[in-house]
Amino acid sequence: MTVLTTLLMLAPLAVPLLGALTYRTAGWRPATVWVSAVSAALVLAAAIALAVTVVGHGPRTALAGSVRADALSVFMLIVIGAVGLLATAATPAWLRGEITAGRATARTAARHSVLVQCFLAAMALAVLAANLGVVWVAIEATTIVTAFLVGQRRTKAAVEAAWKYVVICSTGIALALLGVLLLNYAASHGPRPAGLDWVRLLAAAPHLDPGVTRVAVALLILGFGTKAGLAPLHAWLPDAHGEAPAPVSALMSGVLLSVAFSVILRVKVIADAALGVGFARALLAVLAVASLLLAASLLIRQRDYKRMLAYSSIEHMGLLALGAAAGGPLALAAVLLHVLGHGLAKGTLFLSAGHVLHATRTSRIDQVRWLAARGPVLAGCLGFGVLALIGLPPFSIFASEVGIVRAGFATGIGWVTALALVFVLVIAAALIGHTSRMVLGTPDPVPDGPGAATAPVRLSISGAVPLVAGLLACAVLGVAAGPLATLLHLAAHTLTGTP
Amino acid sequence: MSETAYVQVLDLACGALLLTAVLVLWRRELTVIIRVFAVQGMALAMVVGVLAAHQRDIELGGVAVGVMVLRAVALPWLLRRALVAAGPAQSETRPLVNVAASLLAAAVLVLLAYAVSRPLVALAPSPATHAIPVGVAVVLIGFFVLVTRRHALSQIVGFLLLDNGITAVGFLTTIGVGLVVEVGVSLDVLLAVLVLQVLTSRMRAAFGATDLDELRELHD
Repeated sequence: MTVLTTLLMLAPLAVPLLGALTYRTAGWRPATVWVSAVSAALVLAAAIALAVTVVGHGPRTALAGSVRADALSVFMLIVIGAVGLLATAATPAWLRGEITAGRATARTAARHSVLVQCFLAAMALAVLAANLGVVWVAIEATTIVTAFLVGQRRTKAAVEAAWKYVVICSTGIALALLGVLLLNYAASHGPRPAGLDWVRLLAAAPHLDPGVTRVAVALLILGFGTKAGLAPLHAWLPDAHGEAPAPVSALMSGVLLSVAFSVILRVKVIADAALGVGFARALLAVLAVASLLLAASLLIRQRDYKRMLAYSSIEHMGLLALGAAAGGPLALAAVLLHVLGHGLAKGTLFLSAGHVLHATRTSRIDQVRWLAARGPVLAGCLGFGVLALIGLPPFSIFASEVGIVRAGFATGIGWVTALALVFVLVIAAALIGHTSRMVLGTPDPVPDGPGAATAPVRLSISGAVPLVAGLLACAVLGVAAGPLATLLHLAAHTLTGTP
Repeated sequence: MSETAYVQVLDLACGALLLTAVLVLWRRELTVIIRVFAVQGMALAMVVGVLAAHQRDIELGGVAVGVMVLRAVALPWLLRRALVAAGPAQSETRPLVNVAASLLAAAVLVLLAYAVSRPLVALAPSPATHAIPVGVAVVLIGFFVLVTRRHALSQIVGFLLLDNGITAVGFLTTIGVGLVVEVGVSLDVLLAVLVLQVLTSRMRAAFGATDLDELRELHD
């Protein structure tokens, strides 16, 4: 039993690393094309098996307590596995298109796959590590691994995006390191020296020195907030997500942001126990409103559809921050459901955008028209994906947004929630406007002839299946969370400090 | 080592840490800045070494050697290599803020550092924790360099100053974080700088310069 659990906990780390090794040695060839997707599927399977164990028997630890799986880490593993499967399953079709277009070779494809596998392993470590210091190392490792994925194309724009990404994220995360060190300092001077272990930190939290803890928590939330794309340190996000290859954008936007956010959720538990709920709530509410305001103001006149999706990620991270600020089991369950729903919807949308980019060779909204007639399947995925994103039922984002807003009004941050709702409506209108023009708008009579703007957009079976599956999963999740509901509530209780 | 000698050497090393950070603001030649940065790495290693000698901690002594190798030798060497690759025309920095204003800003930042570090010192007053504000000041000055310099390499130096300051704070709290975390953090910093170095050479290939003013492809 324990051996099996240990294996299940190590699989999300070991399997992607083995996958990376496979690509490193064997390269990109017909036999290895699906290794990436198989590896992500195994991560998902291990996460689900682990979820059953954790729901049945409570949190598990392995490797002398250095790796720990509780309801939250298992849930985040499921998100990593699910969105990872979505993105890696779509990668072969995407890379085939890139190679045909001459923008990639078998060598760059192999390197892409090695980095993506390392990326998955680093994210798995970030959610499984029992020590806040190791979590920090893992989160910074994701920056390093993804830097070359963002700059993969080596165009001016891609290099600039990669530079901004590494500089801003490393700086932000360095602030978090200062927070980690100060929290460690505070923890070692309590009645029970705790170190950086999550569980022991939480147990020692009520006795932490409030002055030091306040500085540490502010730095941690700001630092990991940078990596989660929360304003004011969001400047890297639209560039990196806009320039990265489609499957990487899907992973970064769909999972990496929320992995960083899950660390903030854990920090908040400690902050609430040490400083009362007010401090972290005020900080998160300010970040939430700033992120939503920024996303709304830059989405209205957005001209690039990949950047449009990136700004929408900032919006959703803002909503997560709002839910976290509200606190309480119901709000946090909604936040976690939102993480999974957003991951699936945004993953699908970035992959669809990648196909649109292949077909039209432009990422400008005003140069893509009439998709519904040129490629009904792709247009459908894009259209329904955006409907899912703005929170229309039956997709799960509807349920989670309702949950977050209700919790916001119930916990005394009503005016913040009301303000957030206004921004969400503005953003929804902007997204609908831009997308409907892309999908249904008739092409302008452009100089390079009607041929370019009305050419059919074909989507291969292997390209279409992940997109449709992602949207279906998001819809099913919205109708019935099923067994996931138990896990969600367990995770939410972990996050309110009431196990 | 007697208590007075310990305090004096510790304060000397911390003074060197702060002085080198201010010198980075003052000088414009990248070759000089990199040399100053190496001296700062040595000062940081000295801080760790003094703490190790005071606590009679062999492991911490080993960490001091590691800090020395990474921050006084390896990172400056990487920066110098990037500078040589960039060519002689790239060795001047053009800060957004002039030198006099930068130095004034540094003074304000040091005051700010002392103000925000008051609870940190109050938690466990000792010669080491009394020096925490110096580490915080280096962090703030590093941040200032990062946002006011336009040359790619200067920005890397700013990032590394920030990181030196954080490391100093970490050691001055005199609470270890565990060897795994320490090695992981050092490795991450080294890799981040390597990535940035590769990106500067790609930037030169794409833009023909590593001046960040040239970066204007992406905006809204």
